[in-house]
Amino acid sequence: MKREFPMLITVIAGLGYLLFYFIPHWPFNLIGEMFQSWVIVISAFAILLGVGSLIKVHGDRISRKTEGWPYSIILLSGVFITAILGIWKGVDVGTPFDYIFRYFYSPMGSTMFSLLAFFIASAAFRAFRAQSREATMLLVAAFFVMLGRVPIGELIWEGFPKIASWLMNFPTTAGQRAIMIGAALGVVSTSIKILIGIDKSYLGGD
Amino acid sequence: MYDRIKCTILAVIIGFLLFSISFAYAGSNQISLKSSREIARVTPGNKSVAPVENATIPAMPSLFPGTLPIQPNEPVSSSITPSPVTAENTPSVVETVTSITSSAEQTVTPAISSPERTETTSESTPGTEEPSVSSPLPASTAVATPGTAETKPKEEATGEKKIDTRWFKTERTNMLVAIVLLSGFIVYFIFSAQRGTELFVRRIAGLSALDDAVGRATEMGKAVLYIPGIMDMDDIQTLAGLSILSYVAQKTAEYDTPIMVPTSRSLVMSTAQEVVKESYMRAGRPDAFRPDNIRYLTDDQFGFVAGVDGIMVRDEPAANFYMGCFYAESLILAETGHSTGAIQMAGTAMPSQLPFFVAACDYTLMGEELYAASAYLSRDPQQLGSLKGQDMCKAVILFCILLGCLLETAGVTSFIHLFDTK
Repeated sequence: MKREFPMLITVIAGLGYLLFYFIPHWPFNLIGEMFQSWVIVISAFAILLGVGSLIKVHGDRISRKTEGWPYSIILLSGVFITAILGIWKGVDVGTPFDYIFRYFYSPMGSTMFSLLAFFIASAAFRAFRAQSREATMLLVAAFFVMLGRVPIGELIWEGFPKIASWLMNFPTTAGQRAIMIGAALGVVSTSIKILIGIDKSYLGGD
Repeated sequence: MYDRIKCTILAVIIGFLLFSISFAYAGSNQISLKSSREIARVTPGNKSVAPVENATIPAMPSLFPGTLPIQPNEPVSSSITPSPVTAENTPSVVETVTSITSSAEQTVTPAISSPERTETTSESTPGTEEPSVSSPLPASTAVATPGTAETKPKEEATGEKKIDTRWFKTERTNMLVAIVLLSGFIVYFIFSAQRGTELFVRRIAGLSALDDAVGRATEMGKAVLYIPGIMDMDDIQTLAGLSILSYVAQKTAEYDTPIMVPTSRSLVMSTAQEVVKESYMRAGRPDAFRPDNIRYLTDDQFGFVAGVDGIMVRDEPAANFYMGCFYAESLILAETGHSTGAIQMAGTAMPSQLPFFVAACDYTLMGEELYAASAYLSRDPQQLGSLKGQDMCKAVILFCILLGCLLETAGVTSFIHLFDTK
């Protein structure tokens, strides 16, 4: 039953949602929203699982004084201080929670995101080395697209933006759509396999 | 076979019970719906509801392009007009209106639950798109802007909010036909495979190299890092990622190599723990299972990236697997992994992230290959049959594309309207 029960829930929820998609009549129109409400409630409770895992892992690290344990103190302090302030003073604008969000959380997120620019440069440097025929084609295409997308490219030759647009609108779009069609079919296929119980690997089965 | 029949019968019984409960639950709502139908049938403007700027939503789009919605319970103020929302603005308001009792002046907070999710088309610049398929932001929050032409339902013109009493959405007939056709192909080939028909599946380099990657980590005496994407269990890419995790975890158990699975969702952590535990049991090594190695980091997109990057730099795993749904963090993860010298394998169905993975990883599963992994690795005839069915569907789609091109070129435009979706 340990494996069958989750499968049953999956099958019932999947079929219920399918009915909801096609049948607008009562009571089917309420099934989808009912399931979504359940998902919100379950997800809210699942947060406790995550917080529990965090506390256990970092609590162990602190108690055993493994390498880098002071960082675990900072992490757990952050979790508890933010949660307590949010519950105590609320989350509206001007509250301590809002202050933490604006002046700690957002800048740190921005910092991580900004790393992407440097990583794009390093990845592009490797990808554009003309070591094979395919890489050379990639290099040539990248040359036109990069020059076509910056003002100086148009200044050098007005054909750059046109070539760049053509490359982005036709070969790139065609390739992306081919991948999307394949992926969409994969979604349908996987859904059917899960619904009829053939694919159990997401439950740890074969 | 007997187990499957037993399971199906049980499914029908439980399904019946569940639907009975839901009908009863819906029935009670329906009674209040009838009693308060007049409330729903209001002229725009007569029923004022709470301004959208005060509406609390579970998540909102992030501050950065290409990032996930990250900010729970923040007031919506910048992108939504702060004028009052009428009951007619959004279909989901109907159900909310039914819950209020008598006063026509009572304020209503727009319902946050909606059957559809936000779907944002992105520019083709990789790494900068909004989450499209599985964004946690409900569609109702995105369409709740009053006054826009797209969001005004037809009923607003008549001043009445009608309840759909049809037993079938006829505008979705083409979707039903497509689903029946695709499912038919897949089920036919599954049964065909069950009868013993030999099915050929081409070699997928990324999946064939899974064993080599785990073997390399074993030889180096280092761990394997597996990331099942950053989305929750409602994303099918996450399920596909967990399917591959099952196989990888079994291999790590056989080779006695530690596996680390940091997750960005609590439910994914819980499921991944079960998957890895089952795999270790299947390999006969339940004692080697370490639940703390499958741990939750944070729901925040870049917080998760920081955590995983830290693991990569500190522990230097010899093999990194990225299988699931990824957004702007894909390249940050893959480049950090590359800098540590790990062998890297990625798989995602996000077209805009594929170039990043191709550039930074040794092997990449593209789109459908991610979903095919479960069948490819298990070699189960039934699952292989579904792959064959999928290929037949592709042939049908290819035929339709060619036919559409020909007919459009010939000036026959009605064919493409068969594929309109609503």
